[in-house]
Amino acid sequence: MKLKLLLYGLEKVLRYKARRYPSFRDRLMEKNFVGQIKIKDNSAGRYFVFKDGSVVSKAGIHLDPDALMTFTDASLASRLLTPWRNQLELVNAMKNFCLELEGPDELTSWFVETLGMALTVGTEYGIDVGDHTKQYVNNVQGMPVFVYVRDGKILRITPIEFDKADAGPWTIEARGRKFTPPRKTTLSPYGFASKSLVYSPDRLLYPMRRVDFDPKGKRNCETRGISGYARISWDEAMDIVADEITRIKRDYGPGAIVTSTGSHHTWGNIGYYLSAHRRLMNAIGHTPVVQNPDSWEGWYWGAMHHWGYSMRLGCGEPYGLIEDALKECEMMVFWSSDPETAPGSYSGYESTIRRQWLKDLGIKMVHIDPYCNHTAALLGGKWFAPRPDYGNAMALAIAYIWITEGLYDKEYVETRTVGFDKWKAYILGEEDGIPKTPEWQEPETTIPAKDVRALAREWGTKKTYLAAGGSGNGLGGACRCATGLEWARSRVCLMAMQGMGKPGVNMGNMAYGTPVDCNFFFPGYAEGGISGDLETTGSAINVYQRMPHLLTMNTVMQKIPRLKLPEAILEGRCEGYPTYPRTIEGQFFKFGYPAPGHSEAKMYYKYGGSYIGTMSETNRYVKAYRTPKLSFVVNQSIWFEGEAKFADILLPACTNFERWDIGEACNAGGYVQHNFNKLNHRVVCIQHKCIEPLGESKSDYDIFVELAKRLGLSAYVSEGMTGFDWCKRMFDATDLPRRISWKKFLRKGYYVVPAPKEELRAPCAFRWFAEGRAKDVPEAAPLPSDYTGKYRMGLQTQSGKIEFECSSLKRFSPNDPERPVISKYIPSWEGHHTKELYEKYPLQLISPHPKFSFHTQHDAKDGFINDVKDHRVLIDGYYYWIVRINTKDAEARGIIEDDLVRVFNDRGSVICAAQVTERLPPGTVHSYESSAKYDPVGEPGYAADRGGCINLLTPARMIIEKSHSVASNSCLVQIEKWEDKGGEV
Amino acid sequence: MKGWYLIIDLEKCEDCNNCFLSCKDEHVDNDFPGYSLSQPKHGHRWVNIMRTERGQFPQIDVAYLPVFCMHCDNAPCLKAAQDGAVYKRDDGIVIIDPVKAQGQKHLVDACPYGAIWWNEEHALPQKCTLCAHLLDEGWKEPRCVQACPTGALRIVKVEDGEMEEIVKSEALETLYPEYNTKPRVYYKNLHRFARCFIAGSVAVQLNDKEECAEGAKVTLLNPANQNIGECMTDNYGDFKFDNLEENSGTYILQIAYTGYTLKAIEVDLKKSFSAGTIVL
Repeated sequence: MKLKLLLYGLEKVLRYKARRYPSFRDRLMEKNFVGQIKIKDNSAGRYFVFKDGSVVSKAGIHLDPDALMTFTDASLASRLLTPWRNQLELVNAMKNFCLELEGPDELTSWFVETLGMALTVGTEYGIDVGDHTKQYVNNVQGMPVFVYVRDGKILRITPIEFDKADAGPWTIEARGRKFTPPRKTTLSPYGFASKSLVYSPDRLLYPMRRVDFDPKGKRNCETRGISGYARISWDEAMDIVADEITRIKRDYGPGAIVTSTGSHHTWGNIGYYLSAHRRLMNAIGHTPVVQNPDSWEGWYWGAMHHWGYSMRLGCGEPYGLIEDALKECEMMVFWSSDPETAPGSYSGYESTIRRQWLKDLGIKMVHIDPYCNHTAALLGGKWFAPRPDYGNAMALAIAYIWITEGLYDKEYVETRTVGFDKWKAYILGEEDGIPKTPEWQEPETTIPAKDVRALAREWGTKKTYLAAGGSGNGLGGACRCATGLEWARSRVCLMAMQGMGKPGVNMGNMAYGTPVDCNFFFPGYAEGGISGDLETTGSAINVYQRMPHLLTMNTVMQKIPRLKLPEAILEGRCEGYPTYPRTIEGQFFKFGYPAPGHSEAKMYYKYGGSYIGTMSETNRYVKAYRTPKLSFVVNQSIWFEGEAKFADILLPACTNFERWDIGEACNAGGYVQHNFNKLNHRVVCIQHKCIEPLGESKSDYDIFVELAKRLGLSAYVSEGMTGFDWCKRMFDATDLPRRISWKKFLRKGYYVVPAPKEELRAPCAFRWFAEGRAKDVPEAAPLPSDYTGKYRMGLQTQSGKIEFECSSLKRFSPNDPERPVISKYIPSWEGHHTKELYEKYPLQLISPHPKFSFHTQHDAKDGFINDVKDHRVLIDGYYYWIVRINTKDAEARGIIEDDLVRVFNDRGSVICAAQVTERLPPGTVHSYESSAKYDPVGEPGYAADRGGCINLLTPARMIIEKSHSVASNSCLVQIEKWEDKGGEV
Repeated sequence: MKGWYLIIDLEKCEDCNNCFLSCKDEHVDNDFPGYSLSQPKHGHRWVNIMRTERGQFPQIDVAYLPVFCMHCDNAPCLKAAQDGAVYKRDDGIVIIDPVKAQGQKHLVDACPYGAIWWNEEHALPQKCTLCAHLLDEGWKEPRCVQACPTGALRIVKVEDGEMEEIVKSEALETLYPEYNTKPRVYYKNLHRFARCFIAGSVAVQLNDKEECAEGAKVTLLNPANQNIGECMTDNYGDFKFDNLEENSGTYILQIAYTGYTLKAIEVDLKKSFSAGTIVL
């Protein structure tokens, strides 16, 4: 009875909403068909006739409905058709075939979505700020913004200034002073350029087909990268892609479909590559291109063996560091650490003020970096510029001084570490006859021995924070070079000698460890969003339970290591080692391609276009496109740039400003759990759909659902939900509903999670370890079985202590000269010791992450960023990428500021604008990586690039053989003046 | 009458470009009738960030100097404008009237700071308005100041007398005061851009090894042979004298360190000079 009433009421609701809301009226105009809802045994039912925008319904069973929704029993149907149903019950009904859909996906999905829209149509969101302007909320690579929209167009984008109703900030009392952050968010420079990228002339606004690509005739794969494109309809594009997927699966199996994404999609837990993309691709079946631990390298393959932290890919725990540093530390040593340049990965300039506090307190600062980076330039202090491939030579010499002058924490070394005697013997030269003295390191690093002694003595007598890498306890350019493993390993060893975790002695650069609430749950993007993927995302930990949704599993067990994708395509075989965070030993499992019984790659579904700018020796990637071995390439991209120009079919995705999503500022989850404690305030946002998608572009989610419809997968992939519906489900899955209503959240757009009172703040990292207590920081890693003693006692290593001599390496490959069981000095395989190459290419190029773009996302595209003087230089009407060169090196080559130069080696040539500087020592040159623009002056894959893809030049070689790692900062080049002679280079 | 003043601290500017980019976000594609027409997407720098490096590797420093319209109280552009195309508001802001100034290209050259830019499309001279359209709506600060993450940019609305106090207490300066235009934009730590330093590092031979000489007394004598500064070297043996005039003649560095003979070094100061390591 209840069901009959519900179904009767449904028609009334549809009609009422159509009368009330023009958008819903338009929706009803879209289809003419008969939709039937019924009980499987035909005991009850009602059918709905949609015709020219009207809907009428009739009780009973239609003989030939176009779309059919069947329930096994009336009681279940009633519960699931009642508004705000229990989502778990819906999922259970689908899993157990108690709810089924029949008919063309196009109609069934429309039918279900429309019933859902009847509930949500007319939802109010955003704040009216007068003058026909609405203020919405969105997020630019981690940081939230207000988006002002007038007449359907973005007027301005600003950081968020909190209002009186928002939670107040925290205060840290230290050394008689109080430190409180301002009540607003900060934003990276590229955030302010967002508008110019939304309205960029390089936007893909329509689906496109490469003009000489005919899926039913000649494919002309060799002309990828030079042929033009013609506009096609969405139907044509989708049909081609769906047909190709079917053809490939039929002829080779799903393993022949290769998919890859960039490391960072536009923000939001729904549209992210680890969310919607993973959901569809798992449903199709695919060979994923798997990532190396790109920014972590030396920490993952090296440091992890000394202290564990596999869940953080070898980086340390980041809690409570700000308070400890402000209260206790006396010196901060920034070592390959430039938080001002790659603004805090997702955290804008949140930490700048905290370093300024430290400076105001008179804390001494030391910077060790081949480039006088922006952190050094802003804060001042002593700057050391070792050559790029110095590895751990300087660190070993520091340890030498500490050992010979007794400047280390002997009690800590005795009780909290193992294997020190072996390392000590190596450092003193007892093993190889070479004492690692400051004089010994001088020819390796170029840093005078006297300076190393002075630094070691100061460090050994002051409570010192080691700011290692960009995040202070990990990452950093020095970990991404041929000597990166030993560099990172030595960081842990040095800190073990100084008593890491004791007050004022820790790893950090003020980027991490604010006293925000670490107990309030909202997931980061790596927690899988709507993917339902329990294997390759963090969904299993929280999201899968909290937001019941259908599980997805990729049936293809094959994978391709990202740095060897070109070899996989062109040579048909390669090997790799996994990025596997569950346990230390995960990285030892070598895998091959092709996998047993799997096909080689035949089709490539690419998401975006960054690899030419971001991988290594990237002419390889260009060549890999220009081969018939890949019979089909589709690229789903927002902009026509980089690799997108090598696709057969282009699918235009819209930006995050043109679709719905939900996400928290700076919350990545996954490898960087609690990443939001880089922020001064936790800010969770609905990401409003601020404007309509430009041209015919669509949200990634909508594109995936369209494709799913053609493969009969739409009910499984979408669960009948729009992107907006998923946002609500995600909201309900978090701790938000207990703090703010959905309605208010939609209107205001954000919620500031209050900082906990002082007693409830997360404790300082490693304090528990230093004091021999159970782990008390809110980090659910390592996994219980990885503890040697009692649960929560000790580290993840076999001994539970910091291991100078690594038991994991002793078990795996005790005699590996590339990765000895203790950290040793190993000369770079591309550097000043490689004599022949060094004579030919005497300049050492470092290529850090860029300051004005998040990877390739904000570069080029004719955006505002082009005009930033330190990003690109306009010469003769063209925006050139910049290479920085010391005054003497420039003089020797007759180069002056803003000259066009060719930077080259055997791997390729890049045309750049020269910036002549004293911020580099002679012999070292600097150019950021991540150009979005690849613009060869001749044949793609061979000619010089004037777009600025500096990674054409970096080595493809793994840091060590037993790894999948990039050594981009070990790169020998030569530079000469360049004149455009109109020919190829 | 209270007026607006912009205060820029060079010690806190790190070239993040948030000021430059937020200005573009606000003004490109947006007309604000009565205040400004849209800024072209490329080419204009209503905030123009100048870079300078001082010294020689490895003893250097780097500074950035954002140059805005100075909103001068004695504005040359205002005098050069025809038909009252440039006017000064009661709150000190100088506005180029986007209607009246049409075609007045000569205003670009009238500004000694190079802060006025020519817009081909609108045939209009344009510059920073201090986001007057927003301030008039009740915003507390223009876009650039809101966007600045380091506190390098600050805006105050004060009486002239109050500003004089701030200038005095914070040792603020104007850029190129010799232009006599009475700018309303002030700089703190301007020496980082406009003046120079002498720096060096002192070392000694000790037990066959070179060691940093910590605590050496370094005295600087100016060309008139007057003692103008003393400092002690730090644990790296480093010393630095800043805020010197470029091209100001020959200075003498005297280095005294217990147990070693006094050492004197002549420096003909053109621009910032790094003496490198001086071994006693």
